[in-house]
Amino acid sequence: MPADSAVAKSRNIAVQISALTRCFGGLTAVDHVDFTVLQGEIFGLIGPNGAGKSTLIRMLTTLLPPTSGSATVAGYDIVSQSADVRRHIGYVPQLLSADGSLTGYENMQLSARLYGVARPERKERIVRALARMGLTEAAHHLVGHYSGGMIRRLEIAQSLLHRPTVLFLDEPTVGLDPGARDTVWERVVDLRDRFQRTMIVTSHHMDEIEEFCDRVALIDHGQIVAIGTAAELKARVGPGATLDDVFIKLVAPTSEIETGGGYVEVRRARRAERDHG
Amino acid sequence: MSRSDEPAAPSAITAEWTAVRAIESFITQTLAVAAAEVQKLRHDPLELFTRAIQPVLWLMLFGEVMARVRGVAPGNIPYLDFLAAGILAQSALFVAIFYGISAIWERDLGVLQRYLVSPAPRSALVLGKALSAGVRGLSQAVIVYVLALLLGVGIELNPLNMLGVAAAIVLGSGLFATLSLIIACIVKTRERFMGIGQVLTMPIFFASNAIYPLSLMPDWLRTVSHANPLTYEVDILRALMLRSGTSDYGLVIDFGLLAATTGVLVAIAARMYRRMGY
Repeated sequence: MPADSAVAKSRNIAVQISALTRCFGGLTAVDHVDFTVLQGEIFGLIGPNGAGKSTLIRMLTTLLPPTSGSATVAGYDIVSQSADVRRHIGYVPQLLSADGSLTGYENMQLSARLYGVARPERKERIVRALARMGLTEAAHHLVGHYSGGMIRRLEIAQSLLHRPTVLFLDEPTVGLDPGARDTVWERVVDLRDRFQRTMIVTSHHMDEIEEFCDRVALIDHGQIVAIGTAAELKARVGPGATLDDVFIKLVAPTSEIETGGGYVEVRRARRAERDHG
Repeated sequence: MSRSDEPAAPSAITAEWTAVRAIESFITQTLAVAAAEVQKLRHDPLELFTRAIQPVLWLMLFGEVMARVRGVAPGNIPYLDFLAAGILAQSALFVAIFYGISAIWERDLGVLQRYLVSPAPRSALVLGKALSAGVRGLSQAVIVYVLALLLGVGIELNPLNMLGVAAAIVLGSGLFATLSLIIACIVKTRERFMGIGQVLTMPIFFASNAIYPLSLMPDWLRTVSHANPLTYEVDILRALMLRSGTSDYGLVIDFGLLAATTGVLVAIAARMYRRMGY
């Protein structure tokens, strides 16, 4: 994409993906995807269930090796330098990742130790991060008793303790009420504005994507079908179009059995919703 | 973003320092996983009591009856004493062998992803899990010790012996928990795991010296039992836990075999653990 590379010269590249592909048996979940995300960008990934968003994120976070193609995250190759990638990224998975049988503080402690935050700094960083997410009072309560919004904020705090350069948020607002959603997005925008963190976010809420993301990629059947600012994407469809219209217009209609991403994905999404809601 | 512009000074001192730092963080990461387990037990200690029921039943029902059968225990060890060490190993085994279930549970919940996206080496995560099982095994040891004392078993209370018992329990629990983790990585669902776990516990327990001496066994079963790590764990426990206890194989061989087997299993599990995230 020529426009992409022109901007890239003036700012650091946080994520660079080229021809990234992942197959599961006969199914190509991610099919030769290319794009670049710049430092300090909030980059939205949208697309129908089963389009390949989560598979793409799992490859970029080194949880899943690609079948072919390559990508660098924070300057490191996701295959040959996967440990370096992990050291420089934060990941908030769609599923519940905080441990419900530990307190908020203990969850933070676990992350701090796993990420090698030096012992003298640990306590101070944890206390400060919890305060920033509005969790000071609940710090010593079991996470099993937290509300969905609190768990999400804790998970974000956990994934930021080691000050990652790139943060991946997979459906961060799934199952949250509007108030809790706003709080999550406030933190995300704040992270970009104050610390120039790069964030890659997936969501099914087009209004959120439009309001908060600097650029958006629409994925369908494992391929990027549109990429650009929300305004650019809307202009492609016509005057007065919303991002929802873009979504409906550009996503290829599929048979009923194919939409919905299959039993496993729906079950996961629903469980994530239940757990956080 | 180029990373090569960092000041490069590959002198011997920095290389050594990096190695020290790597080992230090490996230990921190391993202990972090185990510490989380201790914290969980502190929040919900009820599980420790429910786990106590099984050893109580074995010692009080099975043990009291079998104690009346002459000639089961070798030499002049009372059968209940002989059995107490075996039941301690067994109760730790039962906790450890189902440990993989919690790994599958963590995978289904999404907690596993948090571990896997961290820079901690997979071997540190697996070793941490093994150590966690050891912590649970130790809580079993406390229960069996108290119970055995109440039943009049000749328990050796020398602190050095108890330290040795603790080491054997941690090692044995870690070994079977890692085996369990490997199975969990293969089967990936709780239902399938339950079936396999049940099938495994029986032979591991019965094809060992836990409740009867190997001398009572037919040759083929004795050979199987000699290949069973539980036999060596029980041998240590019998030698160190009881006043009248002796080791059949020698403590060095016992500990050596357990440690080596655990090492191999941790190496295998570390390779497989990452696939749990797929």
